[in-house]
Amino acid sequence: MKPANANYVFRALADPTRRAIFEELTRQGEQTVHALTRNAGVSQPAVSKHLTVLKRAKLVRHRREGRETHYRAQPDALGPMVDWLRDYGAFWRDRFDQLEAVLERMEP
Amino acid sequence: MSNSAEASNVIGSTRTVVIERVFPHPPEKVWRALTESPLVAQWLVKNDFEPVVGRKFQFRFEPMPQWDGLIECQVLVVDPLKRLSYSWGSLGLESVVLFTLTPAEGGTHLRMEQSGFRPDQQQAYGGAKYGWQKFFDGLERVVGGLE
Repeated sequence: MKPANANYVFRALADPTRRAIFEELTRQGEQTVHALTRNAGVSQPAVSKHLTVLKRAKLVRHRREGRETHYRAQPDALGPMVDWLRDYGAFWRDRFDQLEAVLERMEP
Repeated sequence: MSNSAEASNVIGSTRTVVIERVFPHPPEKVWRALTESPLVAQWLVKNDFEPVVGRKFQFRFEPMPQWDGLIECQVLVVDPLKRLSYSWGSLGLESVVLFTLTPAEGGTHLRMEQSGFRPDQQQAYGGAKYGWQKFFDGLERVVGGLE
């Protein structure tokens, strides 16, 4: 599966309720919207809306069974976020190269 | 002539980026490059840095869509020729950058550690108590459990 746009991942997880839903799914495994609503402390339409945002970020997947929709976490979708933090390493490595060049140019 | 080592340990036990290198220059010179604003601008980015503890300053990167390019910082430690530290706030994530200088054979060993990535207290997250710190703890657990 193609990773989601990093913006979607960040935006999805910037909201504390959505993070709580996502963490709940990673802890408890697959759950129905009803079960998630019981734990989330917000209305079912609100939970469904949050799930849509998480889905767009590919952080959750769903399947229908009868009248219930079951959701489960897709932790692999955190990839863009982890990459973003890794980029800090690449960033500083690159800056150290430039620092070396500056030191060469400076008067002793 | 330099050796380098780096670690970007995000999903391991810490949220820390470490870069180390030996520069074939004395600590005095490396310290100047780290603390004189025009020199910092040459290797890092435009800034209004001053090596005064408590001073707030900005690093100014090129703005990008959805990012104004500004890093909000505050000087935390100025220990001449030894240690320099400032906070680094970007995109609502607060981290701390610490440079440590150690005299080494033929030069200076410089270590940069960026750690924390804590929630910025100044930034409102809708009164969320469920902060980024907790989130990153969770992230490590989740990603660590992938394999």
